Amino acid sequence: MALTGLEIYKHLPKTNCKDCGFPTCLAFAMKMAAKQVSLDKCPHVTPEAKAALESAARPPIQLVTIGADAQELKIGNETQLYRHEEKFYRPTLLAVRVWDTLEPTALSARLEAIAGLTFERVGTKVGVELVAVDNASGDAARFESLARQAVEVTGRPAVLMSAKADNLQRAARALSGKRPLLYISDPQQALAAAAVAKAENCPLAVRAESLEALAELTSKIAATGLEQIVIDPGARGLKGTLEALTRIRRAALKNFRPLGYPAIAFTTAATPLLQVVEASTYVAKYAAIVVTDLIERWQLLPVLATRQDIFTDPQKPVAVQPKLYTVGEVGAESPVLVTTNFSLTYYSVEGEVEASRVPAYILSVDTEGTSVLTAWASDKFNASTITKALKASGIEERVAHRKLILPGLVAVLSAGVEDESGWLVQIGPKEASGISSYLKNQWKN
Amino acid sequence: MSIPEVKEKWSARVSEVTIGATPAQGGTRARTVTIGGAGGIPFLSFDGALPHPPAIAIDVLDKQPVGWPKPLEEVYGDVWADPVQWARRAKELGADLINLRLTGIHPDEGDWPPSKAVEIVKAVLEAVDLPLIVWGCDFPEKDQRVMPKVAEAAQGERCLLGAVSQTEYRTLTAAAQAYGHTLIAASPCDINIAKQVNILVTDMGFPLSDIVIYPSTAALGYGMEYIYSILERGRLAALSGDKLMAQPVILDVGFEAWRVKEARADEEMADAWGPLAYRGPAWEAVTATDLLQGGADLLIMRHPEAIRAVREAVGQLMQGDGK
Ligand code: SF4
Repeated sequence: MALTGLEIYKHLPKTNCKDCGFPTCLAFAMKMAAKQVSLDKCPHVTPEAKAALESAARPPIQLVTIGADAQELKIGNETQLYRHEEKFYRPTLLAVRVWDTLEPTALSARLEAIAGLTFERVGTKVGVELVAVDNASGDAARFESLARQAVEVTGRPAVLMSAKADNLQRAARALSGKRPLLYISDPQQALAAAAVAKAENCPLAVRAESLEALAELTSKIAATGLEQIVIDPGARGLKGTLEALTRIRRAALKNFRPLGYPAIAFTTAATPLLQVVEASTYVAKYAAIVVTDLIERWQLLPVLATRQDIFTDPQKPVAVQPKLYTVGEVGAESPVLVTTNFSLTYYSVEGEVEASRVPAYILSVDTEGTSVLTAWASDKFNASTITKALKASGIEERVAHRKLILPGLVAVLSAGVEDESGWLVQIGPKEASGISSYLKNQWKN
Repeated sequence: MSIPEVKEKWSARVSEVTIGATPAQGGTRARTVTIGGAGGIPFLSFDGALPHPPAIAIDVLDKQPVGWPKPLEEVYGDVWADPVQWARRAKELGADLINLRLTGIHPDEGDWPPSKAVEIVKAVLEAVDLPLIVWGCDFPEKDQRVMPKVAEAAQGERCLLGAVSQTEYRTLTAAAQAYGHTLIAASPCDINIAKQVNILVTDMGFPLSDIVIYPSTAALGYGMEYIYSILERGRLAALSGDKLMAQPVILDVGFEAWRVKEARADEEMADAWGPLAYRGPAWEAVTATDLLQGGADLLIMRHPEAIRAVREAVGQLMQGDGK
């Protein structure tokens, strides 16, 4: 939680010596509250005051780093209960689980599948970020060897999961410098695991049977100097997990330090579709990491779409650059489709044009990132904005015809567009989903 | 170590609306469905009780739909030419309510006369004893001619009629009031407009307690977050005592989910996204369960696998709640 100027001022020497370049300690405190100056500019602050200020300035949910270098991933630092109040900052990480009890062939197949879990959706690459290596065997050597193999084959940072601190140490050493997340499932071994995490410079996830026990545990671990903590409330199933995740978020935002860490959740439902529902629910409701057994593409796609949706910045319309796009090997006779620059609209249109296999131009008109109907209603998508975009795009030099396809939802614009632009308007389907068959079957130049 | 109390101190609840009427209540339904009543953020028992699980209405069209993808055709293809048979199928599949859409009355879709719509509504009411939702075709001039007749024909059944909007509300409100039905108040993902519609309708003397809010719907991956946040904001307002936002919410999940590429693209996307037979129902199920976390009370759905998953999820989420 950000400190106010007065709260900072309480900890300053109050001598107004001006060595910081400000006339008074209070002026300095105000600047610091506004994040325009940092504490080290005051040479006289006591170590105690410094520690107090630093701990008070820590965000309500600790920022935790998993992975290293190009693969560094950050979770935590969230500040809201509801996304509309600001936004959710750090998209939930997805971890797909493998067990060290699997047969070698099944294991390789599973790791290969995880390696391929990236998707292209509405112009963005999305995918699973982590591989969760489960020491189901309890055997240290098997765990270590799977840890190496999993990271190598999947190309992703690992969550190393074991009930034994010793086993975690061995696997963590094998991945030295790669900063895996260590997950200790046995609360009795949590302090031993904390020592391992500190020594190996890794974040640590801990589990306890209740939030009370968890708070106690994190306090003990933090006292050893390890702050890179992730918490598992131990609840399983939709209801228990949803309630625990919510309690944790609410308590953390009330500045309750012992639960001020990113939370990890597990899907455990009996059927794949219910695990999909579970994972999506935890993504929407405060989990920083979701560990799942799901591996099929149809199972992960809706979870990833949920994440894209929920972590969208609610203040910002999502827009593509307004310009002329081409799909396929376009020529002088290719169709010209007009749409807005709201990214969902644009990518829906683009996807359908691709699916039709008819090479085409798509003119994305600047509607400030709003959809066809919204843009039309707010007069950003009208005869003159369309005509302007058309003329500026250079399309008239690229095609021999003068026919454009207008979204069916704004058929009312066609006369105006024809008058202003001199182009002939053809009314396309109302929904993007109709474009593919429209281009294949109905459209004629 | 004790942890801080995190229950919010809400000052109000979502109101309850009962749809359908049994013979004792002047209708012919075997039972009624009550929605709403939430006293806290969805599915958090510690925050406030949720007395009724979200209800599920299954979509039935008055005539054979065009362009429904294969997974839906497999379920309804043999009955969808006949709304009565289709409604029976919906009941078999476990619907709480039937959601009947009058599409054939639209000037571009058949331009059926009011008498035909009335005939279909009566036949569905006779064949299936579940509470009924009826939507017009969203072509105001036509709906104004058809819906009063439908409301009259279904007198006493306490149907849920849709939808009134900021610009078109007089005729349907008067009809619902005259013949004892409840109303869907539609707004385009906008809280102020939602309130405005409620004001317009109640100014005509229609009771606020018989209104269900339809804040529009968007599919997973296609702007769902706008609806999610509208739901959250609406629920927070309701729980904080805003009477104009306290009505339960209906969402058109099936219609939205099944028109996006992820629920339609078949062979061409099977390698990248997995088989449509699983992907389509998953898209509908997750659209539904994500939005339920925002706060919704009545879902219109289509695919039985999606419905089953939502029911199971709701069952788990309501453990310890409900009646
Ligand atoms: S240097 Fe420190 S003690 Fe001196 S005026 Fe600035 S804040 Fe106050």
